[in-house]
Amino acid sequence: MAADTTTNTPAPLVMEARGLVKRYGQVVALDGADFELRAGEILAVIGDNGAGKSSLIKALSGATIPDEGEIKLDGRIIHFKSPIDARRAGIETVYQDLAVAPAMSIAENLFLGRELRRPGFLGSVLRMLDKKKMLEESVTRMNELKVGIRSMTQAVETLSGGQRQCVAVGRAAAFARHVVIMDEPTAALGVKEGNMVLELIRRVRDKGLPVILISHNMPHVFEIADRIHIARLGKRAAVVNPKKISMSDTVAVMTGAKRVDELPADCLA
Amino acid sequence: MKGRLPPLATLGPFIALLLACGFFATQNERFLTGGNLSLVLQQVMVVGVIAIGQTLIILTAGIDLSCGMVMALGGIVMTKFATELGVPPLLAVLCGIGVTTLFGLVNGLLVTRIKLPPFIVTLGTLNIAFAITQLYSNSQTVTDVPDAMTALGNTFALGGTTNVAYGVVLMLALYGLAWFALRETASGRHVYAVGNSPEATRLTGIPTQRVLLSVYVLAGVFYGIASLLSVARTGVGDPNAGQTENLDAITAVVLGGTSLFGGRGVILGSLVGALIVGVFRNGLTLMGVSSIYQVLVTGVLVILAVATDQLSRKGAR
Amino acid sequence: MRLKTQLTLSSITAAAALLVAGTAAQAADQPIIGLITKTETNPFFVKMKEGANEAAKSKGAKLLTGAGKADGDNAGQVTAMENMIAAGAKTILITPSDSKAIVPAIKKARDKGVLVIALDSPTDPTDGTDALFATDNYQAGVLIGQYAKVAMAGKPVKIVTLDLFPGHPVGAQRHNGFLKGFGLAAPDAKSNELGKAAEVVCMADSFGDQAKAQTAMENCLQKSPEVTLVYTINEPAAAGAYKALKTAGKEKGVVIVSVDGGCQGIKDVGAGVIAATSQQYPLKMAAMGVEAGIAYAKTGKKPSGYTDTGVTLIAAKPVAGVDSKDVKTGTDLCWGKK
Repeated sequence: MAADTTTNTPAPLVMEARGLVKRYGQVVALDGADFELRAGEILAVIGDNGAGKSSLIKALSGATIPDEGEIKLDGRIIHFKSPIDARRAGIETVYQDLAVAPAMSIAENLFLGRELRRPGFLGSVLRMLDKKKMLEESVTRMNELKVGIRSMTQAVETLSGGQRQCVAVGRAAAFARHVVIMDEPTAALGVKEGNMVLELIRRVRDKGLPVILISHNMPHVFEIADRIHIARLGKRAAVVNPKKISMSDTVAVMTGAKRVDELPADCLA
Repeated sequence: MKGRLPPLATLGPFIALLLACGFFATQNERFLTGGNLSLVLQQVMVVGVIAIGQTLIILTAGIDLSCGMVMALGGIVMTKFATELGVPPLLAVLCGIGVTTLFGLVNGLLVTRIKLPPFIVTLGTLNIAFAITQLYSNSQTVTDVPDAMTALGNTFALGGTTNVAYGVVLMLALYGLAWFALRETASGRHVYAVGNSPEATRLTGIPTQRVLLSVYVLAGVFYGIASLLSVARTGVGDPNAGQTENLDAITAVVLGGTSLFGGRGVILGSLVGALIVGVFRNGLTLMGVSSIYQVLVTGVLVILAVATDQLSRKGAR
Repeated sequence: MRLKTQLTLSSITAAAALLVAGTAAQAADQPIIGLITKTETNPFFVKMKEGANEAAKSKGAKLLTGAGKADGDNAGQVTAMENMIAAGAKTILITPSDSKAIVPAIKKARDKGVLVIALDSPTDPTDGTDALFATDNYQAGVLIGQYAKVAMAGKPVKIVTLDLFPGHPVGAQRHNGFLKGFGLAAPDAKSNELGKAAEVVCMADSFGDQAKAQTAMENCLQKSPEVTLVYTINEPAAAGAYKALKTAGKEKGVVIVSVDGGCQGIKDVGAGVIAATSQQYPLKMAAMGVEAGIAYAKTGKKPSGYTDTGVTLIAAKPVAGVDSKDVKTGTDLCWGKK
């Protein structure tokens, strides 16, 4: 379900943040940042180094606790104390280094930390894992997302970079209930593999999960994002429509060469 | 992982063991008898049980250099409690295991809370355990150990000349238990995950530090059981026990195909590794060859084992 | 580590070091004698230290003690020696871990005018030290060999030797002495090689350790189940051999002989585990060494050559033609925990 940009009614807000402030000693990483994520959209978050985008994402995913400001999920204020809290709230994050155990199989990695146990005595007393069920589920979920890996029992380290990324994205999509956050998913991937991952991200959105995407790769951002959140100097500089704004203008806002009020009105989203 | 042949690193040690047995069988017709083979099992049962604990630790990419000394301390504590303080044997055994578990806890806390490298930590506790053992025992062997404590050293007949020690049965049962836990339970898989990628494991919400701590504590329990087996086998509490078992246990784990970098390995491999060393020692003595050659062969096998592990992993990529 | 922790640790360490140094720098007018053993833990050396301490106290000398970390730790002994000489020791008594490697360090000490006496085992060459007070390990072997020969009269002779480890002079001397005393052709007392004979059906290394001796005996039993006589390098090895024989049900038909004369070993002789053992006297070695050191400090006279500190055959059942003493005598003279 793509964001409906042709009518005037925007889709409901899934996540919202107002006035986020985060200081690290003398450095102010977030200086009153705002944020909105609409249902069914892919929102790209871009910004130069030091613009505060990683601090923003860390606050949204529970990795850091902001000093000031509030975050709302589905209209309710939330206080994440750790990434586990965020996960329990239904927000899954795909980290830049993928967070997979290379020597273990795809199925094992999918269920790492959320293993399924056998029913009855075997599961509760002997605490045996239901490997068959986990394998079947992995196959099902990956097929849903059309990830073309043949065997779920092969070790993750035997996969190519792009395939590994798909496993990480697939895992997040399989367990997320509200939001999927992805940190630089196409970095370090070649053209073909990068496109494979972009396709997968689209399918995740089509499944009904909004995606927050952090990326330095402008062409990929423009290809896939429904809206682009530009972070600058610890604040939100603008949210723009990639179908209307040019790439060079976007970069200009990002670096401060152009001010937001210098942009034509229909570039904003 | 069904339908797939185990990787070379897992099969290799077993093949090496079979080849060694085959070779020694040709050199002396007594080698392949039930009596001789059950003897070898008895000779490796102490190192074998220590190696279970060591395998758990090495799977998390750690190492425990204090295992043998802690085992010796356990043996001294349980025998002295029973003979000098008149503690009933079962309670004395539990005290001995309690002390070794305590050392495991200390190792684990230093690694997880103070974040010191396991190599350094266990290098320190190895010396501390050794000193405490010597001081408490006054460097004297403890004799007149009650029969209940040495019961595991007794054997039962399995037909013919084959006499199996109860301790060996215990060792095999412990290996079975460890194998089951590591393969079929979430906690067991978490041990592998922590060793393979501690960051990834942390990010998926698994309490990495708790897993690490529990591994060191559990290893301490195994060292305590090993000290009981050592007392059962020799019939005494020996303060100088365990000095070669220290490195022997690590050798058994490496020979068994477990990677020192963590996250990879099969626990039964450590049993195979311990058996390889025991078979060579037994076989070479039967051939009348000096013990120095046994040491040489062990060194060569260790290098082969690590090299095979490295090469088979390169192939997987 | 944080700076504060580092500073705290350093000051505690410094304070401890000062305290230790302070207590050490006392009584500077008594002759200072240093005793360096192979290890701190072997009861043999513990007894030696006790003997040296007693002699020093009663005869008026100050004793410094040190040791290597393990059998074979030459560097540890060298360091101990240097530290003791720096602390003013004019006599060093040493049981060398490595008979060859220690010689240069000893030469440096002797060049400084320090008297160096080897205890228990010689350096290689023997004149590397001023004097040697030791057991005649070859003789120790000969005595038990002679005993065994008479004890085995009329019985088949199948010998298993549980030795120390290859290349160690004491191990070789006792082993070869045993063969000689038994009446077999054997290398002489100067050889470091273990002699072989047709009657010796299995030779294995025990490293002087009870558990390893048990394993070695088990394996030898597999090779040669018909063994009738076992020579062991020391009494812990004998205990291990006995356990292996007992498990195999063979302990009644096999004679075990050993060397050392420690209190646990003498107990084993009384219990019938060991048939005969050659008792040596570490206490005597140490006491003689302390006396020599005091004499040197007073008169400048150095002892020289080899002084045999004596070896006595202890057996529960005496045999014809071989002089031995009974278990009670052995117990009175034994070293270790009684």
